Amino acid sequence: MDNLGVVFALIGVALATFMAGIGSAVGVGKAGVAASGVIAEDPSKFGKVLILQLLPATQGIYGLLVSFLVITQIGVLGGDANISIAKGLLYFASCLPIAFAGLFSAIAQSKAAVAGISIVAKRPDQMGKAIILTAMVETYAILALLISILSVFGVKGLAV
Amino acid sequence: MAVCKMKHITVFGLRKYRKSIMEHLQRCGVVEIRNTELEDSVFHKQDTSQQSNIFHKNSALAMKAAEIIDNNCDNKKSLLSSFEGRKVISSEDYYKFIDEEEEIMRIGYRVLSLNKSISEEKSEISRLQLQVDSLEPWRNLDISMRFTGTKTTSAFIGILPENQQKEDISNNLSEFFKEKNVEIKGYDIEIISSSKEQTCVFIICLNKDKEYMEAALRFLGFAKPMSPSKATPKERITELKKRIRVYEDNIENYIKEIKGYIGISNALKFMSDYYTMRAEKYEALELLSNSKRTFILTGYISEKDALNLEKDLVNDYYAAVEIEEPNITEDIPVYLKNNSFSSPVENVLETYSLPNKNEIDPTNFMAIFYYIFFGLMFSDAGYGIIMFLVCGILLLKYKNMEDSMKKNLKMFCFCGISTTIWGFLLGSFFGDAVNVIASTFFNKDITLKPLWFSPLDDPMKMLMFSFLLGIIHLFTGLALNAYQLIKHKKYIDVFYDVISWYMIVLGGVLTLLSTSMFADMVGFSKPLPSIVGKISGACAVIGIIVVLFTSGRTSKSPVKRLLKGAYGVYGITSWLSDILSYSRLLALGLSTGVIAQVFNKIGTMFGGGIIGFILFAIIFIIGHSINIGINALGAYVHTNRLQFVEFFNKFYEGGGVKFNPFKINTKYYKIKEDIKNG
Repeated sequence: MDNLGVVFALIGVALATFMAGIGSAVGVGKAGVAASGVIAEDPSKFGKVLILQLLPATQGIYGLLVSFLVITQIGVLGGDANISIAKGLLYFASCLPIAFAGLFSAIAQSKAAVAGISIVAKRPDQMGKAIILTAMVETYAILALLISILSVFGVKGLAV
Repeated sequence: MAVCKMKHITVFGLRKYRKSIMEHLQRCGVVEIRNTELEDSVFHKQDTSQQSNIFHKNSALAMKAAEIIDNNCDNKKSLLSSFEGRKVISSEDYYKFIDEEEEIMRIGYRVLSLNKSISEEKSEISRLQLQVDSLEPWRNLDISMRFTGTKTTSAFIGILPENQQKEDISNNLSEFFKEKNVEIKGYDIEIISSSKEQTCVFIICLNKDKEYMEAALRFLGFAKPMSPSKATPKERITELKKRIRVYEDNIENYIKEIKGYIGISNALKFMSDYYTMRAEKYEALELLSNSKRTFILTGYISEKDALNLEKDLVNDYYAAVEIEEPNITEDIPVYLKNNSFSSPVENVLETYSLPNKNEIDPTNFMAIFYYIFFGLMFSDAGYGIIMFLVCGILLLKYKNMEDSMKKNLKMFCFCGISTTIWGFLLGSFFGDAVNVIASTFFNKDITLKPLWFSPLDDPMKMLMFSFLLGIIHLFTGLALNAYQLIKHKKYIDVFYDVISWYMIVLGGVLTLLSTSMFADMVGFSKPLPSIVGKISGACAVIGIIVVLFTSGRTSKSPVKRLLKGAYGVYGITSWLSDILSYSRLLALGLSTGVIAQVFNKIGTMFGGGIIGFILFAIIFIIGHSINIGINALGAYVHTNRLQFVEFFNKFYEGGGVKFNPFKINTKYYKIKEDIKNG
């Protein structure tokens, strides 16, 4: 029972990684389907649609990032993996923002990316705007990432 | 800060010089020709769509032929070829190609027809091959497949479903006959071949049993073969194969002939360019107004080119040229001219929108912040150096590349420098590579000390720094707005729309800093003195009051005014979210560094030693390549966003139309100005 803290922390790590990862995988997949349709018509647009396809990929990376920070701090990667239950729960909570915001924002972003790809298909010169519209969605993943990161760093210093 | 000053140009010329004047304009590429709206009994328009269509068609034809030759000769384009740009054609080649126009185009047609024959004969081959395949099971039948029997016998040649043995078939048949109460004995079954799906059989019976046999076989699913041949299957197969070989030989010859034209490929590409050029000239002619002996051309030209062109046209072609200030109501095309530090980001500005005629060119300010933000988000010295080197080398190696590509590479070159600087300031070189390599392979403890501080140690400080940069960025935008207002002599608006917001935001921030909670959060040892807080608080309140009473000043009704004013004050929330948006500088910066560390960590999991080092090197290279790709994309996208959404929101609308001069738009060759194109 003494080590339950690290269990909670690792559950948080797992959530942050796989939820954000699922979001990105779904998102990149959807955008990829749309991108393939464009390439079938005009292979020269590959570079352009690839960028749009990759936009929903970042959430998964944000999830990975938070997970990595937590893993290094709780001592799972070598070191003393002994943290209190309260601290473990705090780490768990820190992981939640990026886990949920990552999952849903990546899927929402993929819808914008698919629409953006259709912009590129019809008017390749307007690609900049398509990227910006798609990147708007990411703001909320970034905000969640920020809170997750700040919390992880904050929890490290707490004496509980 | 330079939107080039555009002038309106009108050229009045003699009809007999029209061609040479148009060619001169096309070579110089400094005039955007607009439609001259003058049509009456004297002046009329000329319809040239027929000519330009012919040229476009020829151009496409030559391009296709050149492509066919290149494809057949394995002229693979290298990955870097997109950097090469167009070749400059020597005047010698230019005239030589034009002299040989007919011959070149004859070869072009020949190549196209050869290509057509190849595809036709290929489809013929596959048709024949299909026949061969369907005959293959009958190879052992040594009579014609049309054989129906002798005087006294009837033969059935055909296919039964599934793989059946001789016994199976005869059993099935006799069962059928038994059911029908007939007794037929005199028949013979020969299995020609069998596979999993079908059995090819030859069945012979007496003439009198023919009907019963037919019925029985139909019941068993007997089918006659498709298109039976007169000759025996074996002979037929040989014949078909012979025909296939003839076609194959033909195709080989065609390809050989196409390959023989490899030297003409470049000439064809040139012809494609040449016809495009001529087609565009004819298209431009449609915009002119012509009388019997004269013509009028109108358009736009930038101020700096105007004098030179006027001189050329007047002296060489006896034209009258009128250059005047454009009417402010016209939509004047926008032509940006910036120094080499900021011109690279013109492309980024273009993806948003070019400045409209009332606005200044924000490129210079954008460039500074662009490089800073990109560097801060990418923030790794190692990545920055790689980016700088790659772009730099490409720029040096391919001097001839297209302008927009050059601009992009230059932009990333500058971004690379900025990234390197931030990387060293924040202590990141391929993540923590120095430390990891030293401790894993050399058992030493070396760390690359950040010149300033490491955001991983003090993320709060970095966050505050990001907000500070954000406020500076936004205030710059606001200042540019003030500059534009002053330029249009709306002095009072500067106070209402700009200074009021400076007071609100600065006052607000300083007030917050004078409270102990915020000062603590930011990392100040003690809050600002309370007197500062009081003064700045008062400033903020004054600002709010100004906004409340002035942002609705366009409305007449006082109620509406006040409501609009209240909505203006509500704009504080948008300022808040704008400033918070700059937190992405921290988040993306951290994500580059942390992911780099992840890969370093994975690399060291195999321990030291030679094998460990090799695995480390592989993971290092792959991992950091992925990280560079993803984070460079992220930094690019989010830097653009900060410019487009937060910065431009404060002063910039855009909507200008790009200056699009009448020039030589070629695909393969650059045509030097001293060549007189015909």
